[in-house]
Amino acid sequence: MTLDMDTRSAESAGTAGTNSNPAKESGGARFVAGLLRVGLLPVLLVAGLAYFSLMSDNFFQERNATNIGRQLSFLLIVTMAQMLVLLTAEIDMSVGFTIALTSVVSSKMMVDHGVLVGILAGLAVGLVIGLINGVIVARFRVPSFIVTIGMGSIAFGLALQISSGSPISGLPESFTSALGNSNLGIVPVSLLIALGVFAVLYLVLNWTTLGRYFYAVGGGENAARLVGVPVFRTKVLAFVLCSVLTSLAGILLTARVSSGEPNLGGDLLIMSIAAAVLGGTSFFGGEGRLGLVAVGALFLVVLNNGMNLIRVSSYTQGIVLGVLLVTAVVIDRLRSGAGAR
Amino acid sequence: MNTHEEGVVLRAERITKRYSGVKALDSVSFDLRRGEIHALLGENGAGKSTLIKSISGSVRPDEGEIFIDGKSVGALTPTTAASHGVGTVFQEMSLVKHLSIAENIYLAREQRRGGLLNKGSMLAGARDALDRVGMTIDPRTKVGGLSRAQMQLVEIARVLHWDSAILILDEPTASLSLGESRKLFELLHGLRDRGIGIIYISHRLAEIKEMADRVTVLRDGQKIGTIPVEGVTDDTLVEMMSGRTLEKLYPRIDANPGKVRLRVDGLSNGLLKDVSFEVRAGEIVGLAGLVGSGKSEIGRACFGLEALDSGTVEIDGKTVAKPNPKKAMRHGMIYYPADRHVEGLVTTATLRDNITLPSIALGSTARAGIVNRKAGTALTNRVVEALSVKPADPGRQILGFSGGNQQKALLARSFARNFPVHVFDEPTVGIDIGAKADVYNHMNRLCEEGAAVVLISSDTEEILGMSHRIYAVREGQVVADLRGDDVTEENVVRAFFGSREVSVTSGEMNRDA
Repeated sequence: MTLDMDTRSAESAGTAGTNSNPAKESGGARFVAGLLRVGLLPVLLVAGLAYFSLMSDNFFQERNATNIGRQLSFLLIVTMAQMLVLLTAEIDMSVGFTIALTSVVSSKMMVDHGVLVGILAGLAVGLVIGLINGVIVARFRVPSFIVTIGMGSIAFGLALQISSGSPISGLPESFTSALGNSNLGIVPVSLLIALGVFAVLYLVLNWTTLGRYFYAVGGGENAARLVGVPVFRTKVLAFVLCSVLTSLAGILLTARVSSGEPNLGGDLLIMSIAAAVLGGTSFFGGEGRLGLVAVGALFLVVLNNGMNLIRVSSYTQGIVLGVLLVTAVVIDRLRSGAGAR
Repeated sequence: MNTHEEGVVLRAERITKRYSGVKALDSVSFDLRRGEIHALLGENGAGKSTLIKSISGSVRPDEGEIFIDGKSVGALTPTTAASHGVGTVFQEMSLVKHLSIAENIYLAREQRRGGLLNKGSMLAGARDALDRVGMTIDPRTKVGGLSRAQMQLVEIARVLHWDSAILILDEPTASLSLGESRKLFELLHGLRDRGIGIIYISHRLAEIKEMADRVTVLRDGQKIGTIPVEGVTDDTLVEMMSGRTLEKLYPRIDANPGKVRLRVDGLSNGLLKDVSFEVRAGEIVGLAGLVGSGKSEIGRACFGLEALDSGTVEIDGKTVAKPNPKKAMRHGMIYYPADRHVEGLVTTATLRDNITLPSIALGSTARAGIVNRKAGTALTNRVVEALSVKPADPGRQILGFSGGNQQKALLARSFARNFPVHVFDEPTVGIDIGAKADVYNHMNRLCEEGAAVVLISSDTEEILGMSHRIYAVREGQVVADLRGDDVTEENVVRAFFGSREVSVTSGEMNRDA
């Protein structure tokens, strides 16, 4: 019998680790991933601000700041809403049409029954859509991608039916001016509402069991179920919160445009996903920080606003947004791919 | 009915569980005493996992009753099982990787103050919990960055933290190194001495004999018996487990070594260190080692599935430069991967498609991109008959077959052409005994036809039962080359452990002296 033994390895046998499979990723990919995780986004934001200030005299103005703030308020709310669903490793493709249906329903009710009923009816739209999305996805374990696309189609159809395809006008002045046009100093009221939502969600995500469960369900659904996390309830709640918040954004947008619009909110779907993923929310669930997500939304709004000011065509803007979204998802994949090894 | 017996903390009575008509458990009774380690032993599919899942509440039995501390507990869910003191460490780690250790320990049992999470107190509690299992790591560390062994300890810490009187471990050493396993055994013995009842699932006989007090053997969903571990022999356990004796289980044939067909010289990469060996025509050579020893990586590296820093692979005297699977196959080597579902089969396709795909890729049942369906059907029929695939239904989706028959579909690629070198990586994991025999007979047939066969396996009995020679692998190195009378379990296990006494007791050479 021949034995090839080495004393050093005999001694270290007791402490050998098992995960000796080093991640095979290139240095470049690691650099990109690391940079994006900690701070590529803020860098991009500052770069964007600097660039647009240089290119347009109108950019760094008080009035434009108010403008950006108002645009931000809608996107911020929808992005945070989308993030909740993404955290649980699902996606809500119906947010855009949820806004359309909310706008039409709340306007119709508002014209007939007053502001309060209108707002409540709008929020109820979100509640119903979210419940249906959530229950179907969580109960039948079907891909949320498909379910919410279908739900979006339904919502859009309903919005067109209810409005007969044209805007609903005659909204009370008190509603449109208070929520749509008034500012506190240079801060639009709608942005204050968005920041309020941010504060509440921050508390929920970081300091409550529900927040823990969002992360746990998205990060390891089976593991979470085994230790007794109410997975079904958590997923349903994520969809309900998402849709109700989206409806809130829809109501604010309705006030802004002063009418119930079946075509409202279309671009918010792709923008909310792009902003959330740019802000480091993982498409694969379980990862995401609210603060960074807000920065993601701000970045997109600044980009949008700046490109408008320097007269970049909306066609080109669409291309830019698409490139950003795809790049962000690829980087997300590289990141979670490395983590899963 | 009085079921309360002295010292019995858990009793399962006549548990039956059917899955789509098939009995996974057939009226199995089981009891666990305070302060004992009770091993559950059985082949894959014998019902071990179903039994513990019934006890831990993640599977609801169709019949039977479970008593904890003498009281019937009714239908259990994971949550109620935990509240009765049943703590389970599952094989598929039940930790959320994105959360920290502390967050995982308290998941679904968060402490709150004034409605908000009380992070400070949970952190302190997690520190205590880690302390009990001898871990000093910061509980704020994300679980995703831990080693398998550390994750396992975290799971045990969590279970103990919630005052479990019953601890269930499902093949806990499956992914641990030897040293880590040793530490785990020490911990478990300590827990046993503190009065905790431990159910320990394993199919490693050596391990069970080393650490358990009693063992219950299951086979095909039925309980064969419960016996004290002291004084029991491997033969007895194997016979209980398989219904056959060791010789009958492994149909070893005589070696008839010819010329060297596979020569591996100095393979090195991040894990492998200077691995050299050779395999001749007409012999079956085992690569033995524990999980994580690198034996599997050796096979994968030869086939070009792992990058190499240096070293050469030679097939029938020709060097395979920079191996990749296509090249390796062209030179005459075929590798059968360990994970059927991830690397072995197209799970959405039929049996026929899985059997013919490799030969289509190699051009033997396709020409100029056009598939020859007739040749494919002929090949399929040949494979189905040669490997006795059951049911003989080529149009059925591959997942509709048992694990053993799926494995046969994977082995079908050996028919794609005449390969001189065959590398089997864990070829019998998760398959029943009948299918195992078919796999072994297939290996023997290849060997008799003059092929060189490499068998990579973590199953020591299988390696010993089937191989003519064995190379033992530890930490990416070949640490022993066993031939003839040296092919014994003792020598193989000693090589795994790297214990220095090997050479002393074998009375030959002693390089450490």
